[in-house]
Amino acid sequence: MAKVTIDGIEIEVPEGTTILQAARLIGPEVAPPAMCYHSKLKTSGGYCRTCLVEVTKGSEKDPRPMPKLVPSCRTTIMDGMEVGNKSSAKVVEARKGVVEFLLLNHPLDCPICDQAGECHLQDLSYENGTAKTRTDFERRTFNKIDIGSKIQLHMTRCILCYRCVKVADQITDKRIHGVLNRGEASEISTYIENVVENDFSGNVIDVCPVGALTDKTFRFKSRVWFTKPMQAHRDCDKCTGKVNLWFKGEEVLRVTGRKDQWGEVEEFICNTCRFDKKKTSDWTVEKPAPINHHSVISANHYEVFVKPTEFKLNVVKPLSIEEKAN
Amino acid sequence: MSEVQKIAFSPEAYELVQRLIRRYPEGKQKAALIPTLHIAQAEFDGWLSAPVMDYVASLLKIQPIEAYEVASFYSMFNLKPVGKCLIEVCRTSSCWLRGANDVVEHIEKKLNIKDGETTPDGKFTLKTVECLGSCGTAPMLQIGKQFHENLTLDKVDSLIEEWSKSTEHSKYLDNSTFRKN
Amino acid sequence: MGRKILLKHIDEPGIQGYDTYRRTGGYASVEKAVKTMTPEAIVEEVKKSGLRGRGGAGFPTGMKWSFLAKPEGVSRYLVCNADESEPGTFKDRYLMEKIPHLLIEGMITSSFALGAHTSYIYIRGEYFYIVNILEKAIEEAYANGWLGKNILGSGYDLDLYVHVGAGAYICGEETALLESLEGKRGNPRIKPPFPAIKGLWECPTVVNNVETIAAVVPIVNDGGDAYAAVGIGRSTGTKLISASGHINKPGVYEIEMGITVEDFIYSDEYCGGILNGKKLKAVVAGGSSVPILPADLILKTANGENRLMSYESLSDGGFATGTMLGSGGFIVMDETTSIVQNLHTFARFYHHESCGQCSPCREGTAWMEKILHKVLHGHGTLADVDLLWEIQSKIEGNTICPLGDAAAWPVASAIRHFRLEFEEYVKNPASIKEVKHYYNTQLV
Repeated sequence: MAKVTIDGIEIEVPEGTTILQAARLIGPEVAPPAMCYHSKLKTSGGYCRTCLVEVTKGSEKDPRPMPKLVPSCRTTIMDGMEVGNKSSAKVVEARKGVVEFLLLNHPLDCPICDQAGECHLQDLSYENGTAKTRTDFERRTFNKIDIGSKIQLHMTRCILCYRCVKVADQITDKRIHGVLNRGEASEISTYIENVVENDFSGNVIDVCPVGALTDKTFRFKSRVWFTKPMQAHRDCDKCTGKVNLWFKGEEVLRVTGRKDQWGEVEEFICNTCRFDKKKTSDWTVEKPAPINHHSVISANHYEVFVKPTEFKLNVVKPLSIEEKAN
Repeated sequence: MSEVQKIAFSPEAYELVQRLIRRYPEGKQKAALIPTLHIAQAEFDGWLSAPVMDYVASLLKIQPIEAYEVASFYSMFNLKPVGKCLIEVCRTSSCWLRGANDVVEHIEKKLNIKDGETTPDGKFTLKTVECLGSCGTAPMLQIGKQFHENLTLDKVDSLIEEWSKSTEHSKYLDNSTFRKN
Repeated sequence: MGRKILLKHIDEPGIQGYDTYRRTGGYASVEKAVKTMTPEAIVEEVKKSGLRGRGGAGFPTGMKWSFLAKPEGVSRYLVCNADESEPGTFKDRYLMEKIPHLLIEGMITSSFALGAHTSYIYIRGEYFYIVNILEKAIEEAYANGWLGKNILGSGYDLDLYVHVGAGAYICGEETALLESLEGKRGNPRIKPPFPAIKGLWECPTVVNNVETIAAVVPIVNDGGDAYAAVGIGRSTGTKLISASGHINKPGVYEIEMGITVEDFIYSDEYCGGILNGKKLKAVVAGGSSVPILPADLILKTANGENRLMSYESLSDGGFATGTMLGSGGFIVMDETTSIVQNLHTFARFYHHESCGQCSPCREGTAWMEKILHKVLHGHGTLADVDLLWEIQSKIEGNTICPLGDAAAWPVASAIRHFRLEFEEYVKNPASIKEVKHYYNTQLV
């Protein structure tokens, strides 16, 4: 075990824990935001730079501070380490910069984006960004393309987190899409017109932190906050069959994997469960799904910054449409 | 699909690829991807079509997307057809200081094309590039593997003249590039 | 004449070929190493020599070598970084072209010291014509028993291969280079782990610059102390400087560290003064990434001392009034040079060369280039100059690899030392002559 202090709060964690994981154990108030890291995907993280933190004391043995901010998702703790996240002015400044970079070419088309309401980029910019943009250049745009019959790629919104590429590498049998070109011209693409079609391809939708990969079967059906997520399961020979069903009235509009408190998929689900089982009778419905803080359904998120204890209190009952309207 | 089946390296190029693969440990044949793409580009008119990249991927037993990802990353790989003579003019600092812009402008006027374009007869393509490591002999341009340094506009003229008459394709590598054993 | 170590025999006719190279004492270090020295003893000599990485970072080579992990039954690799792409730098090309066997010899001796049995020279694709030269030299080395099985009967085996890149500055970053060598996109890895622990194909690996590897030859031949006796302070030995720009004698010069910058620019032994008798305006002393310095600060430190060609003297004053030796890419600008335009060529370069993995670099390099483009065309505002400063400060230190810093420093230093020139550009756009500029990020 090793002791680490983050924003003045001490915690003891097993050796090999990353700073991000340690911070998450303390709670959301000190956990750095993460756009590209996903704990279920190996080698993820390190790209977006939103989780940069300041290590003011390296360890008990070697107390020298680290010269640069470090990505908390890829830096393991040392005994006696002291870390500044929100308490570090350097971190706050750098993060503001990262948000500005990520939004520089983002279309900000939230009003017509299916991800709106559960978008990590919305949260990130709300919590860490500034209200103004300083660019007056034309934004980078791409044409929308279908990668398969059920998934749409809207590259213009992509922040190049590489999660979907890692999903394809790690949980599907064959990767068809990838990152093409380089630098500012980088894009997620299949290069030639190609279909990403295999049993687990739909998971790229769930891991996408923004609205770049969306479920075509849900497209424009409803705003997220007008649907009610319910945990459900079925016997499936390909995956665990544990999902969230998103209801509008009696109708199942969407099926997704279940996400944890950090908006990360808990268990990847197969395409049959996701795309082909849209009848309530296909499922055993368990209970209302807990709402993670990335969902707008987590109540008043955009009015008051929600404290961690409030998340926990709020997870029990999603608002109905009527309640929401009030 | 019939076009895909037609794609194959010449026996010499195929043999070269096999030789290069042996430079890397067993099972690490993907390491030969960049050299193999170079060979493919030299074999197939100076650019990499999707079927050509698919062929390369099949030789190295990797997914086609892995070849596309790599080919699109490196600036020497052309993903669109280029002229028989690809003129690459360096324009970074030292070359710029010594008049690279004049060279580019001169070629543009002379060939009546802009940076990135190919002459209608498919003979010349002009591409501006970043530092080629010839700063002490600036300005310079590269055609195939050949560096042309300490350029004057007259030198540029005679180069274009020379290539106008040639039936060759500009290439980065030839039979003598890699050793035979 | 200053002392020469690497280029001692450069003027010997036929030095490119094996016979002449051998006749002038070539391959003696291999003989000495495999017959009379242990690998540890060689590492010790390199440590004693004080040799520092010649690619730009200046990290002590002996220390880097001693970090190499040596787990049982796992291959170790030595990879030579010949991806030389830092604008203003062409010394590795010169060395490989003129005296290729020096690199091959250095690779053999160094591989022996590190216990590597397969080594690679990763060379940038644009240097294809040098691939021919190196391949030929390697063939000669094999033919004469310096490579292959049981070298000189010592029981030591080594295979050496050239691996060619395809146009990507970022592959000069050692982990991007290893990715590229593995046949992938040149995306730098997130460190740790460092290559010394997990490098090529996850095996312990040392990556060294061409000039660094070449310097191992005289260090083994004459001992680390002899090498350390040359130079000044912690800047031991000699350095190849690539001199370009507005000077009378551009080219590659081997200098003993510690000569004055003034001497280097003005003496006939080196650059031979400013072209056409013009005045010196500014110098980029160590490749495009290092801070640009105005004439007064490159010739004298802020304390009024002579600035020397050494790691320490060039960085005297920090970034406020100093710069870095970097790769030794020495770009000289005369009084007619537009700093803003020159900076634009740098910004365009980094925009073009960013791998795109991490957001500050991917977005920031492009943004800076666009703003500079706007300023150059007379559409800039004073706020744009401040914004440039802001953007570079948000990139610096926040990226996966040093390309972010390399893109930020030229912008910061140009504004720091030549702010008035930027202001002139935005206040008096009418006074700016038509700007010649070519914009093309598309692959042809």
